[in-house]
Amino acid sequence: MADPKSLYQEVILDHNRKPRNFGTLPDASHLAQGHNPLCGDHLSVALKVEEGKIAAIAFEGESCAICKASASMMTAQVKGRTTEESEQMIREFRDMATGKLDTAERPHHLGRLTVFAGVRDLPTRVKCAILPWHTLHAALNAAGSTSTEADQDPMHAPIGDA
Amino acid sequence: MTARHPPLKSPALKSSAAPAFDVARIRADFPILGIEVNGKPLVYLDNAASSQMPQPVIERLARYQRTQHANIHRGVHTLSEIATGEYEAARGKLARFINASEAREVIFTSGTTESINLAMHGYGRKFIGAGDEIILTTLEHHSNIVPWQMLAEEKGATIRVVPISDAGELLIGDYEKLFSERTKFVGLSHVSNALGTVNPVKAMIAYARARGVAVLVDGAQAVPHLAVDVQDLDCDFYAFSGHKLCGPTGIGVLYGKAALLERMQPFKGGGDMILSVSFEKTTYNTIPHKFEAGTPPIAAAIGLGAAVDYLSGIGMEAIAAHEQELLEEATARLRAIAGVRLIGTAANKAAVLSFALQGVHPHDVGTLLNQEGIAVRTGHHCAQPVMRRFKVPATSRASFAFYNTLAEVELLAAGIRKVQKIFS
Repeated sequence: MADPKSLYQEVILDHNRKPRNFGTLPDASHLAQGHNPLCGDHLSVALKVEEGKIAAIAFEGESCAICKASASMMTAQVKGRTTEESEQMIREFRDMATGKLDTAERPHHLGRLTVFAGVRDLPTRVKCAILPWHTLHAALNAAGSTSTEADQDPMHAPIGDA
Repeated sequence: MTARHPPLKSPALKSSAAPAFDVARIRADFPILGIEVNGKPLVYLDNAASSQMPQPVIERLARYQRTQHANIHRGVHTLSEIATGEYEAARGKLARFINASEAREVIFTSGTTESINLAMHGYGRKFIGAGDEIILTTLEHHSNIVPWQMLAEEKGATIRVVPISDAGELLIGDYEKLFSERTKFVGLSHVSNALGTVNPVKAMIAYARARGVAVLVDGAQAVPHLAVDVQDLDCDFYAFSGHKLCGPTGIGVLYGKAALLERMQPFKGGGDMILSVSFEKTTYNTIPHKFEAGTPPIAAAIGLGAAVDYLSGIGMEAIAAHEQELLEEATARLRAIAGVRLIGTAANKAAVLSFALQGVHPHDVGTLLNQEGIAVRTGHHCAQPVMRRFKVPATSRASFAFYNTLAEVELLAAGIRKVQKIFS
């Protein structure tokens, strides 16, 4: 099992201290709010999508270090990518965080986001890491707002799911 | 480094009946306190959420299952008689523990939350109606808010809320001003789970009862930490949970004055709460059985009886004194750390410390303290109105029990400094 303390390594603390792309996007084409009612994390993700690519992205809100760093690194990684590539990264990040994707074994597009792999050993913090990605997904699909307690929550699979 | 469990003697108490407080000997009674978490000795500071169980209580539960178990109240065979006797003996122990005037005033429930819901259904739905007013406080746990909101919505009643000061103390002048001719009920916590504030419940109850208003006290955070005398308080209802009292989960108590309980309607319907059943007419049982439908948590009730025996053996005054010492030390140590803001600074407090660490979210505080083996709780503590009052989404909360030590207070302070260092 990975040392959970490694989750608070320098790169995550750095992104928490100086989050990238933190702020608003005045001419956003897509916007969504994300909220974890259990711990009070909330953030908004704003996008400017041009010709199928994320030309600009910003996030704002109040959250724990894991959530803020995840959001910061997310915005840095998806900026300039197509919406399809971004959706793929959302799926891969979610699978990594829930232990379904072993980034050491399988190919992926997460790059330095693998620093969050250790969150799979901290079940109560998985939602913190995933919230920005849920919110990005909501923004891309014009859902408006999302919550970590929503039906799509990866920690609560529907009954009967194999 | 000094021994982790230095023997601790409390200052001489008023009566020679109370034994000297030997925290090392007490800790030896709790097997779970010897475990390691993340390679570090467990420092269990989440007692407001749930308390640990001493070996005598664990053993009492096992002995019941090994030698005494059967269903109660209806059997004529030996085991049923024994089990019934033990269950009712436990009821007597709980009655004595809170100084109820009769054992039948103690209703066994699944916990504080069910106790309050029982009072709402049994008393509230019968006696509170449209236009009536219910007084609650900002300090209430959700379990003493939501049932009354449900009642108010059903009946068209109004809820009025006592505000608190920046120190987390109820504003008693405002409480008194909230009363009107329509006031029918007060819901009031004895000790705040989020802030540790000990409320002046006796005076507040007297004020309400002088105006013919019934009072329910949420005692979940009080009963484990101070001597409770429900006759002295003169409350109409008093609710608390077994698992916060070194007992098992799944058991709690609603105390109610006998005359009141007799006038109430039942909460759950089914077996045991009836005297006779026919499709023409069913008559309800006498109290407390009227409120104990179905097979109760027999083992858990007996376990809770053993828990109050254990606590009585130590003495609630001795427990309170030791915990006050922990509170004073912890308060001083945390105050000395720049960047720590204590939330809940009432003059009269139980050993609960909610705090905010500047620049660090409570979730991160909790996760990193856990790396050091320290268990605290982070979040809104089922007290969102309190969080909103202090403009925080959540706090980190360390809550002490009589088996915690001054050495553990040191470890908490050191842990917080370590978290600060990581985030600096």
